[in-house]
Amino acid sequence: MTTLKETIYSKDEANKKLFAEREFDAPVKDVWRAWTEPQLLDQWWAPRPWKAVTLSMDFKDGGTWLYYMEGPDGTRHYCRADYSSIVPNKSYKGLDCFCDEKGNINTELPRMNWQVSFNESSLGTKVRVELTFDSLEALHKIVEMGFKEGFAMAHNNLDELLAKGLQ
Amino acid sequence: MRRDVFQAIADPTRRAILSLIALNAMTPNAIADEFDMSRQAVSKHIRILDECQLIKKEQSGREIYYQFNPKKLKEVDKWLQPFRAMWEDRFNQLDAVLKNIKNKKP
Repeated sequence: MTTLKETIYSKDEANKKLFAEREFDAPVKDVWRAWTEPQLLDQWWAPRPWKAVTLSMDFKDGGTWLYYMEGPDGTRHYCRADYSSIVPNKSYKGLDCFCDEKGNINTELPRMNWQVSFNESSLGTKVRVELTFDSLEALHKIVEMGFKEGFAMAHNNLDELLAKGLQ
Repeated sequence: MRRDVFQAIADPTRRAILSLIALNAMTPNAIADEFDMSRQAVSKHIRILDECQLIKKEQSGREIYYQFNPKKLKEVDKWLQPFRAMWEDRFNQLDAVLKNIKNKKP
């Protein structure tokens, strides 16, 4: 059975935060694994047609995830996340940034603070993502950078919908 | 220089002006009285908000009143559209991954 699950987006401009909240049809421990194990993360983290490839991941407080996103033309964006405040099956924090293939941080581009929390819900699990930016300019820049990819994705989703016969 | 809604609300003084006049239309002088800075500085902020159409001018007798234009703030939501698209895509893929985990269980 396929149900359309709605993502609730909200923002708090004064505090430079964005929120995304959504339910998943799976128990908390499975959803937690999908967010914290590299072989699972690689399967969904990159928005199509990009793919995510983990180079190294040490999921613990003070640990780092180093990965790249590869576009259809072979373009690679290296990213890293520094983990903290890990409470298994409950929540964790990450500080996201762009970097080179060795994990050296690119200080020209904005960084983003994450907090992801997992809660049992009627469907299975409710995930809440909270993103905090250093400034509204940083938020603006991240959104601008997402434009190109976002456009490609919108088409992709449309293709899929059309293939399904627009049920 | 670019004049967009994002730029306009990036400044804390301009956000404060918006929240002031969101409650009541105000004259430029009344707005300036609320801030600890020169009238010139305040009117520059007002001008930027006006150019972005985040506020509307209204003449009442000899006075000009500024009021908030909430429609314009909706543009910010449009800006966030690609961001949403990215998360939609991610989450849909996550659904598939979770289904796989479930199916692999004995």
